[in-house]
Amino acid sequence: MAKGDQNSRGALGAKQLRAAERKEAAMLLALTIPAIIVVALIIIIPVGWLFSLSFLDETGQFSLANYQKMIEYKSYLRVFRTTFNVSFLTTFLCILIGYPLAYFLSQMPRKYVGLFMLTVLLPFWTSLLVRTYAWLVMLQRNGLINNFAIDLGIWDTPIKLAHNLNGTLIGMVHIMLPFLVLPLYAAMQRIDRNTLQAAANLGATPIQTFWQVFVPLSLPGVVAGSLIVFVLCLGFYVTPAVLGGGKVIMVSMQITAILEDQFNWGAASALGVVLLVATFAVLALASRFLKLDSVMFGRH
Amino acid sequence: MVSDRPASLSISVTELTKSYGNFYALNAVSIDVKAGEFLTLLGPSGSGKTTLLMAIAGFNRPDSGQICFGDSDVTLMPPHQRGVGMVFQNYALFPHMSVFENVAFPLKLRKIATQEKNQKVMDALNTVQLSDFANRRIDQLSGGQRQRVALARAFVFGPTILLMDEPLSALDKKLREEMQIELKQLHRKLGVTTVYVTHDQREALTMSDRIAVINDGEVKQIGTPREIYNRPANSFVASFIGESSFIPLARDAKGGLVYNGVTIADMPSGQSAKAWSLVIRPERLSMVAAKAKIQSSKLYFKGIITELVYQGETALMMMETGDGETLIARMNTRSGDDIDSLAEGQNITLSIDKKDIIIIPGGAT
Repeated sequence: MAKGDQNSRGALGAKQLRAAERKEAAMLLALTIPAIIVVALIIIIPVGWLFSLSFLDETGQFSLANYQKMIEYKSYLRVFRTTFNVSFLTTFLCILIGYPLAYFLSQMPRKYVGLFMLTVLLPFWTSLLVRTYAWLVMLQRNGLINNFAIDLGIWDTPIKLAHNLNGTLIGMVHIMLPFLVLPLYAAMQRIDRNTLQAAANLGATPIQTFWQVFVPLSLPGVVAGSLIVFVLCLGFYVTPAVLGGGKVIMVSMQITAILEDQFNWGAASALGVVLLVATFAVLALASRFLKLDSVMFGRH
Repeated sequence: MVSDRPASLSISVTELTKSYGNFYALNAVSIDVKAGEFLTLLGPSGSGKTTLLMAIAGFNRPDSGQICFGDSDVTLMPPHQRGVGMVFQNYALFPHMSVFENVAFPLKLRKIATQEKNQKVMDALNTVQLSDFANRRIDQLSGGQRQRVALARAFVFGPTILLMDEPLSALDKKLREEMQIELKQLHRKLGVTTVYVTHDQREALTMSDRIAVINDGEVKQIGTPREIYNRPANSFVASFIGESSFIPLARDAKGGLVYNGVTIADMPSGQSAKAWSLVIRPERLSMVAAKAKIQSSKLYFKGIITELVYQGETALMMMETGDGETLIARMNTRSGDDIDSLAEGQNITLSIDKKDIIIIPGGAT
């Protein structure tokens, strides 16, 4: 009898607990509603609208013509190839420059990190347009760099640094660098210094410790930073438009061109959709081989 | 099982000083560790014990002084050339390697042939009872298992010296006590000179051949566990290790030390201290029956019980003597003793054998 008594009391308790849990869940949902509304308004609805536009022809009838054109005309393929090439090169150069920089930051005494971090972040807080045009001033034919180099006798005739791929890459790498350095620096900070000491203790020279312990442990940061940089590069517009001088056409520039020249919303939307799908494909591919969760959010 | 028994080396630390600004982490510390000895550096946090261990491992460079392994001076030698094994407080295992790869790491660096390497790794894993876990990732191991991997990795390459920095502090009490015994057995088997850092006095007493008690960057006393416990040299050692009651002593005309009108010891020779204290270990006190005869070999304390705490196998008693001193006594709860008849506020007489009393310079800390 006592046992039955306990059971019924237990069941009552469980019911109340479940009710309390439901209430808590509803509360949490209510708290996220403003965020959900914002996301819906500024992301889901416009993207959905573009998506539907891309399947309509000029008369407003359903058609796949916009996508067919993309396969038929070689120029579209070239634009996509350029976009991926430029993004890949930018990411690669960012790793090349950003890794030593992040390493340098991670090794210095904490009290100086803030100062040096500022030099990484200061450009980050300056307007994108200002930085891009500043590079144009520096890189152009009679710009600072060419004049300086010729005055010093490093080279004789001006080198074409702007209005081509060189300029695009220089500008994009500079703008993208913080996106790589910040997650990479964070990942390097998370490396337990004792593991480096342990490696030395077990007989590893400083160089062996770096390559066999530090670099492998910093890879999640490299992957996180590279993904952010690569995905941001895919949709980059301002810098390639200004510094590329019309010779480096990225997808976003093609979209603008279609809209300005032809006022063809359908074709422009289709390009946007393909770019979006390609970006998702890159992320999906990355998450297949890497634990994106742990890379992006430092979960282990 | 370990075929090539590593030759162990002695460690000799001479006048080692390390300061951070105005703070002396180590102040002219000298310690000699015999080859094959298990020496524990015992002290509270911030005492300098870890700084000393890190200096022996080569991770911090002393301001002055000398460290020798055997006959060779290693003071300026970088850590990777010292060939000492070390177990870190948080184990410092390589999270990107399996258990096997972690243990094989020092052998790989020494370019040991694959077959011999595999054999040695498996031997080491056998020794720490982890041979079934060779292919596990580090994050799949429990704390105790990680501790064993760190240990295997530290001795697999046959170091002549093994350093351990509070290796058991992250384990729960039961596992910690098991590991203490295992570490001691392992030390006996490997015969490697071991320097062990801990702040846990019981751990130090359990495991060590000798203990160096460290505080404020200085060695306060060095000796066997029995010496440290039974003959603490100063008030820090007496209060840090074990429980103690301190009673200030007066002086008689000839310089002898006096408690309660009784001269209990001659002036200790060769010491210049002005004040002296009597140190009494709680378990050395025993109750005196009301009608017992006074013995000249014993020292007596009369007072009132102010606190009585039953703790299972023992009971803790606080007693206030007539002259206002507080004594702590630990009584056995065996049925023969009359703990049950005692109560707070009751008068009691306690006695201690004169050979059990400890006299130290200075007052209580």
